[in-house]
Amino acid sequence: MIQKQLAGWNASAPVVEVDGLSIAYSGRTGDTAVLHDVSFSLGRGDTLTLVGESGSGKTTTAQALIGLLAANGRITHGSIRLGGLDVTEWSSKQWLRLRGSHIGLVPQDPHNSLNPVRRIGDSLAEVMNLHRFGNAPATRRRVIELLERVQISEPELRVKQYPHELSGGMKQRVLIASAIAMRPALIIADEPTSALDVTVQKTILDLLDELRAESGTSVLLVTHDLAVAADRATHVIVLKDGRVQEQGPSAAVLWHPQAQYTRALLADAPALSAAVRTSDDVRAQLALSQHAEPVVVVNDLVQVFSRGRTLPGLRAVDSVSFEVRRGMTHALVGESGSGKSTIARAVMGFQKPTSGGILVDGVDMTSVSGQQLRQARRRLQMVYQNPFGSLDPRQSVQQILVEPMSNYRIGSARERQQRMLAALDRVSLPATMAAKRPHEMSGGQRQRVAIARALVLEPTVLVLDEAVSALDVTVQASILELLSEVQRELGTAYLFISHDLAVVRQVAQTMTVLSHGVAVESGITEDVFASPQHPYTVTLLDAIPGRRAQSRAL
Amino acid sequence: MSDTTRTSEPSTRRSSVRRAGRARPILLVAAAVYLALMVAWAVLPGLFAHGDPIVGVATDGLQAPSAAHWFGTDATGRDMYTRVVFGSVHTLVTALIAVLFGLVFGTGIGLVAGSVRGVVDAVLMRLVDVLLAVPSLLLSLSIIIVLGFGTTQVAIAVGITSVAAFARLARAEVMRVRAMDYVEAAFASGGSFVSVLLRHVLPNSLTPVIALAALQFGTAILSIAALGFLGYGAPPPTPEWGLMIAEGRNYIATSWWLTTIPGVVVVLTVLAANRISTAISERNRA
Repeated sequence: MIQKQLAGWNASAPVVEVDGLSIAYSGRTGDTAVLHDVSFSLGRGDTLTLVGESGSGKTTTAQALIGLLAANGRITHGSIRLGGLDVTEWSSKQWLRLRGSHIGLVPQDPHNSLNPVRRIGDSLAEVMNLHRFGNAPATRRRVIELLERVQISEPELRVKQYPHELSGGMKQRVLIASAIAMRPALIIADEPTSALDVTVQKTILDLLDELRAESGTSVLLVTHDLAVAADRATHVIVLKDGRVQEQGPSAAVLWHPQAQYTRALLADAPALSAAVRTSDDVRAQLALSQHAEPVVVVNDLVQVFSRGRTLPGLRAVDSVSFEVRRGMTHALVGESGSGKSTIARAVMGFQKPTSGGILVDGVDMTSVSGQQLRQARRRLQMVYQNPFGSLDPRQSVQQILVEPMSNYRIGSARERQQRMLAALDRVSLPATMAAKRPHEMSGGQRQRVAIARALVLEPTVLVLDEAVSALDVTVQASILELLSEVQRELGTAYLFISHDLAVVRQVAQTMTVLSHGVAVESGITEDVFASPQHPYTVTLLDAIPGRRAQSRAL
Repeated sequence: MSDTTRTSEPSTRRSSVRRAGRARPILLVAAAVYLALMVAWAVLPGLFAHGDPIVGVATDGLQAPSAAHWFGTDATGRDMYTRVVFGSVHTLVTALIAVLFGLVFGTGIGLVAGSVRGVVDAVLMRLVDVLLAVPSLLLSLSIIIVLGFGTTQVAIAVGITSVAAFARLARAEVMRVRAMDYVEAAFASGGSFVSVLLRHVLPNSLTPVIALAALQFGTAILSIAALGFLGYGAPPPTPEWGLMIAEGRNYIATSWWLTTIPGVVVVLTVLAANRISTAISERNRA
């Protein structure tokens, strides 16, 4: 058995007691306070969730609890007690005895958190060797036991494998195994699933829940996703700009929110809101457009990627067909590797499909090239997932928005200027933004600029490739609102690509579910939600966070 | 005892880190001032030295550095300071032409190879590999023998040796930028291949290339001095730095300043160019 040798650790005290904690980061312009007077406590076997948007101080709080504040971070006020020990003033050397043994950390991105040149078994043994778990055979037995515990198949084989041979979900399981190796009293999980697919997210969170129930470990879960918090937490703390907005038992906070900010967050969380339209509405809309030609027709699309001479080609897209009607939204839903982005690139004409047809506004995208392709793209625009990568860092907003018009020689210089300002206004950005460069703007503002660039040519079809997935929930809600407003006013058709079913339910009238390149189900969104036909769709729907909490509340 | 050393250790380390942090801009300023002085020497040598770099006073031969002759005099009584000042124009202009040659051709090759890809990329990069395979000094010597002697020939010979480095770096950068979403977005908003290349890909790949150019400037000075030393550079009595070092070699036992002082000037110029190159790439990273 593992002895807790640390003097002063009191197993009967609350695992975490934070009192009036304030943290500041020092920078060139002096100190910036990022956390103000935060107090909470976490008892044995409880799950506490810190919820907030980026910049709310939730990760800073978690870092302070494990003594890993950035070098320029400093506790300016308040105290942290872990297991009754006051650790506020601890040196990095003192922390070494606590980390790994009493506190386990599950990091955000499993893909970058395992040393790529070490075998899984060695990575897992490391934490045990650091804390003198025991001799080599005992450590080896424990490694296998841990891998079994986190439900990794064939553990004897896995210990000899390297991280690149494992999937993202399996890597996160290994990291959880590493966090629980020394049976810690507290597991800190900082956005443990935001880099993972939704079905994988569910299994990882289930695993954390089980471990907590079985060993009495406390869990501190940091997340931006209110729905995740609703499902998993016994207590919730809502943070904004480093201040606690609301805290208490999760049922009270989520179903009877007191703070204005919590209410706004709840209203913006797609997973926790109800359907926005009925399937009858959609049927009526479809009937209306029945006589008109759909603006996008994808027919029996196949895309095969060569994998060298020895392996057979990978069928990334396998006989997929769907239609997008004028002024309506069709969603492509699937997890990573389902082929949804490959379809988007084929529709945009960036990639020639192996076979099948793509008609956009009457133009066959599979056969055009050169000038014809350029002309076709005038009516077909795209918005990317990451607004940090989709804008040229050297261009000003004005240059970004004028460029498409000068490419197609639209209007005079003055008309372009006017249309540029109109486009800014349409996405609710002030005209003063025109002079700014991307790095001076927030993620939401950048995504608005990206949408403005796509709209400035007044396209008939807009391809939205995970266009809101990288944004905070309130920003996401405002961008979705903007998109539906544009659709109402301009009648633009959207091909909406997303892994997030809850968002899809809000924006799309019709949808296609993709799994490994195959369209397993398609139809009117509300029909699919009400009675999914394919088992994969059922799994996807079950994995939407917030469902558990909702069914509990009903 | 051991306890005190252990506790004091982190604080000294921290203060030395702080000192290095503060010293860094000073070094950068020193490097910039030094290079500016070199450029001033090259542009207006008459303002800094009043003597004649070619004709000396025979009776003043081999004098050690003094108030009258800051850098001493050589065997024919020429003032070494005057020769170093007048020599800067040869070395700097040759180095500048060499770097520009490498920058323009190397970046051009890299841009074409990295954006067109396919067969063009393969052919261009194999040519670059051939350039890399031949030792650079040997390559410069062969080119000078083919092109003939002279400042421009030396510049081209040195420039060609740096084409490979520029091409490799530019190609890697172009391929990185080419994969960015904003480049695809530029195509999506109707940009033609050439316009996207010139408007988005080239400007965003250029910063590390410019940093390499500053670094290559130092290397080029060294190569030019080496060629001068071997007798493949400017002919005597031109006051070229490498040639001066070579000429002083015969007197190294008695008159150290003849080789040492031009040598120190070359070393400082190379170091200053390196410091500025580092500053450019650091700013790029920040």
